[in-house]
This record gives sequence, C-alpha cells and structure tokens, in this order.
Amino acid sequence: MWKWLHPYAKPERSYQLASTLLPWFSVLSITTLLIGIIWALGFAPVDYQQGESYRIIYVHVPAATLSMSVYMAMATAALVSMVWQLKLADAAAAAMAPIGAVLTTIALITGAAWGKPMWGTWWVWDARLTSELILLFLYLGIIALHNAFDDKVLAGRAAGILTLVGVVNIPIIKYSVEWWNTLHQGATISKLDKPSMSTDMLLPLLVNILGFVLMIGAITLIRFRNEVIARNAMRPWVKELIAKELK
Amino acid sequence: MHFANFNDFIDMGGYAFFVWLSYGCAFFLIISLTVVSVRRRKSLLREIQSKQQRDEKLKQLRKGKNSNEPKT
Repeated sequence: MWKWLHPYAKPERSYQLASTLLPWFSVLSITTLLIGIIWALGFAPVDYQQGESYRIIYVHVPAATLSMSVYMAMATAALVSMVWQLKLADAAAAAMAPIGAVLTTIALITGAAWGKPMWGTWWVWDARLTSELILLFLYLGIIALHNAFDDKVLAGRAAGILTLVGVVNIPIIKYSVEWWNTLHQGATISKLDKPSMSTDMLLPLLVNILGFVLMIGAITLIRFRNEVIARNAMRPWVKELIAKELK
Repeated sequence: MHFANFNDFIDMGGYAFFVWLSYGCAFFLIISLTVVSVRRRKSLLREIQSKQQRDEKLKQLRKGKNSNEPKT
C-alpha cells in the first residue's frame, strides 16, 4: 500500500488526482442535494409536535454533525503534517478550515432559527450551544493563523498546534447533551441505537447528510488545488499550468 | 407532495420565516464559499504569472546591461 500511495506525496500528482475527482464530486453532490432538499421541504411528512418548523433539521443536523467531522479530518491532516513533515497535509488542513467555519456558522444560525419558535429563544448559554460557538472561534483562529505568516510551513505549524489542542472540544460538543442538562435534544441518529425518527423522515435526512459530505468533498478539492498551487508557485509544472490556462 | 398548494408550501404551517431563514442562510453561505474558492484559483494563477514575468524581465534587463557594457 505504501508503494502505491507514495507518488501522491508529490504535489503534482495530488493536484492531478484532485482535478480528476472534482467533476465527480461536483455532479454527485449537486444531484444528491437537489433530491434531498426537495424531499425534505416538499415530501417528508409533518411532525406531530413541531409542525413544519422541524424541516430545519434537514440543514441543521448535516451542518452540525459534519462541522465536527471536518474538524477531525483537519486535525488528522495537521497531525500527519507534524509527524511526517508532509507539506501536502498542511495544504489539506488549510483547505478544510474555512469549510468547517461555514458549516459551524450554518449550524448556529439554523439552530437559532429553530430554537426561537420551539424553545422561545434564539440563544441559551447551555453546553451544546456554547461548545459549538467555541468550535467556530477555533476555526476562525486556525484560519487567521494560516494567513498570519508569509512562510506557509511556519503558518501550518502554528495552525496545526491550535488545531490539535482544539480537538478536546469535539467530545465536549458530542456528549454535552448527555453530560449536562440542556434544552437541546439528544442525538437523532446513533450507531448503537435505532434512530429516534420514523423512516420517512429519516431517509431524506440521510440523503442530505450524504449530499453535504459530497459537497464538502468538492469544495475541499477546489480549495486543496489552490493551496497546492500557492505552495508550489516556483515549480515548473505550475508554470506549465499557467501557460496552458492563461493565454 | 405533502403540501396541498404552493401557498401552503411557502407558508410552512406558519413557520415560513424560520424555515426559509435557515435554508436561505445555508444556501447563501455555501454558494459564497464556493464562488470565493473557485475565483481564488484564477487570481492566484495571475499573481504567480505576474511575479514570473517580473522575474523574467529583471533577468533580461540584467543580461542586457551586461552585454551592452563597453569592454574597457
């Protein structure tokens, strides 16, 4: 496996792989999200308790769950970059940070817009909401560090340390609804239990989560290619790329 | 279709503001991020190109200066 993986440690090969994958991720994510959103808004049944307002779940849950997954992916990249000094891992981590920040913002906004009609308040300082807000600040700090140094290696190291320290926040977010009393409900889908949602409501949610995953993949590829170009500006293959694309 | 007509769909059982606020914000943020990321590629390539051209010109200039200098 290592022999097979080895060529991808070369920036040029990774760039090409990202370019090959990008159209697939783009088309699949747009299709999946279109199906998921139309299903969620127009075809899923109404909730007996929350009425139509529960339809916010179809954006809120994918964004919130994946805001944590993206963080873990970014932390893995940061760790790889630190242990094996792999510059491409830094590029991947830098590419993912803004995506995570956007997902966290969406989770917070949709959560507030759902909390107002259901809880009677936009915001409470309880464990789940506060720890998700801290996640947003972590993302913003990481983005700021990536842009704070001209030397990308130094920037990657500083941002990587913050990323790894921030990992402690992830289990706090995940288990906050079990550890503390909170307005926020428990998990709807979990690995061990049966989902606490009927199938005709659950299916569009799963489709949307898949759509979000594919979309995050597509945006990561777009941003990863930019990061690779920026880090290899002096290489001949980037020169060739420029000659080909800017005539 | 769950809703009887289009107006019912827009109304969202009285929760129109909250539902459309959520979907609208999510859509706006994701599209913005995608547009910024796609555009960054072109501007990045242009920046690198202009830097390369500047370097090239400097090199030419230096070379030209050397060859034009009268040998004394």
